[in-house]
Amino acid sequence: MKIGRGELFSGRLFLILLMAFTILPFISIFLTALHPSGTVPSGFSWPEDPQWGNFVEAFKVANMAKMLSSSAFIVIAVVPVSLVIATMAAFAIGLLRIPGSRILLMLFVFGLTLPFGGIIVPLYYLERAIGIYNTRLAIVLPLIGLYMPFSVFWMRAHFINMPSEITEAALIDGASTWDLFWQIHRPLARAPMTSLGILMSVWTWNQFLLALVLVEDPSQRTMAGALGAFQGHYATDVPLLCAGTILILVPTLIIFVLFQRQIITALLQGSVKG
Amino acid sequence: MNESRVTMPVITKPTNTADNGTEATTLTRRLLPNKKDRRGAIIGWLFTMPALVMYAAFVILPLLLSIYYSFFRWNGIGPMTWVGLKNYLTILEVPNLLMTIVNAFKLVLFFSFIPVILGLIVASIIHRIAPGRFGSITRTILFLPQVIPLVAAGIIWGWLLALPGLVNQILESVGLETIVRAWLGDFDWALPAVGLIGIWVLLGFCTVLLLTGITKIDPALYESARIDGANWFEEFISITVPLLRYEIGVCLTVTVINALAAFDIVYVSTAGGPGNSTAVPGIQIYILAFTEQRIGLASALAVLLMILVLVVILPIQRLSREVK
Repeated sequence: MKIGRGELFSGRLFLILLMAFTILPFISIFLTALHPSGTVPSGFSWPEDPQWGNFVEAFKVANMAKMLSSSAFIVIAVVPVSLVIATMAAFAIGLLRIPGSRILLMLFVFGLTLPFGGIIVPLYYLERAIGIYNTRLAIVLPLIGLYMPFSVFWMRAHFINMPSEITEAALIDGASTWDLFWQIHRPLARAPMTSLGILMSVWTWNQFLLALVLVEDPSQRTMAGALGAFQGHYATDVPLLCAGTILILVPTLIIFVLFQRQIITALLQGSVKG
Repeated sequence: MNESRVTMPVITKPTNTADNGTEATTLTRRLLPNKKDRRGAIIGWLFTMPALVMYAAFVILPLLLSIYYSFFRWNGIGPMTWVGLKNYLTILEVPNLLMTIVNAFKLVLFFSFIPVILGLIVASIIHRIAPGRFGSITRTILFLPQVIPLVAAGIIWGWLLALPGLVNQILESVGLETIVRAWLGDFDWALPAVGLIGIWVLLGFCTVLLLTGITKIDPALYESARIDGANWFEEFISITVPLLRYEIGVCLTVTVINALAAFDIVYVSTAGGPGNSTAVPGIQIYILAFTEQRIGLASALAVLLMILVLVVILPIQRLSREVK
């Protein structure tokens, strides 16, 4: 049962190398962001005079305050609505097992394989036609639709594992279907709903293609979409671009560190369960 | 789906509801006795309506429109001209368009095969030699690139792979000055360089998923193998890989979708260039539709992309599910 010293050493070395491969890029752009704006530093050198002001500068020129509030608006508009309607659908499919629930489920599962690129062109014309192009709604509404496959699938996995005694007891007490959902099952589903909510918030923050195509004005976009526009303007000013990139990815890293367990379980179980 | 991670990480795994099926049938019978209680069924359907309406309006309808547009020549403004299957034939005939599909498959090698194989190795090493704190730190760190925006990943690596970037700096420091180049601007190396970004993003996802699978394997199997003196590689080939077939299937599914549907990373790091050497369907659809105004052709490529994903995913799903 003992593992040899040599193996222990080489195994650890391998893991450390991979960790370095993962971490070094972050360190490299961090160091680059501290060099004087407008210079082209080498990839990995401590600046003589660290320019912490670059972060302030990037915050200003990227209009970051506006982008933050725009992203926050989109997340707040997308996530709660998606959570509630997906949970309702999953409740009907997984717990009530309404007639036709198998077909419904298959319809949603089909959407899991759909590349966003497959529908982006018609979405553009559709949104021009209904007049929401270039508004935040242009991102919000399609995202809610696009999150349905994963969300319904994920919440259904929770509902099919609920013991039926809970439901039966509530029905004997004369609860309506809505009471059964809102009073009894929604509180019980808090854990999977939280994980899903965190995951959808991160995805929304990171959403790029929809923002790029459906919203011209960067101040109406998601964070990732705005970063794309920022890159277009400051591609030549590497330190400033790196500073802007760090400002945009740090919130996602903080969320990850805070909710690590929920994010990992949601991502993994979402793909494995069922 | 956002790519990525998962892109959006788009995740998939069709279902099987064998679990507590009996319990559920009794429940269904009580909730909806016979067909008389239509009311229950109608109320149930009402619960699905908001989700269904949003899904239908913003996913299914555009999907059908994609198919519809693909049969027309249209510049987005003027009249639409019916051309039948001509757009599809164009894609198969014009090398630059067909190349995007070939490139998508090349990306599968980097986004999918390498992260899955490497992830298997890493997961098994963590399981064998670092079950404690060290292992969980490794796990967390490898997972980090999965949560940042893919656009940020593209920008970071765009800088790392540039001429003065870290990659070349490392190569120089180990005496490989001769191969130093602007990796993303090189016709031969741009695609593998984009692939490297994919590996960086997806390795953590695969590792963590496979590691979770390994911890479910009966430890007695590993113990008896070790009593027999099995080394890491023997353990890996005879226990880990065969018993993880299902998790490997899930990993392949997710990463293959990420590869075929790649957009963010490529758009930010190379925009399809140099020439067309890193153009993938997602990028080409964007260019055709929004800079060349060839909506029909863009839609035909979009339809082909969606079919391609299904055609590749279904066999993987079948293979990985046969075991259980």
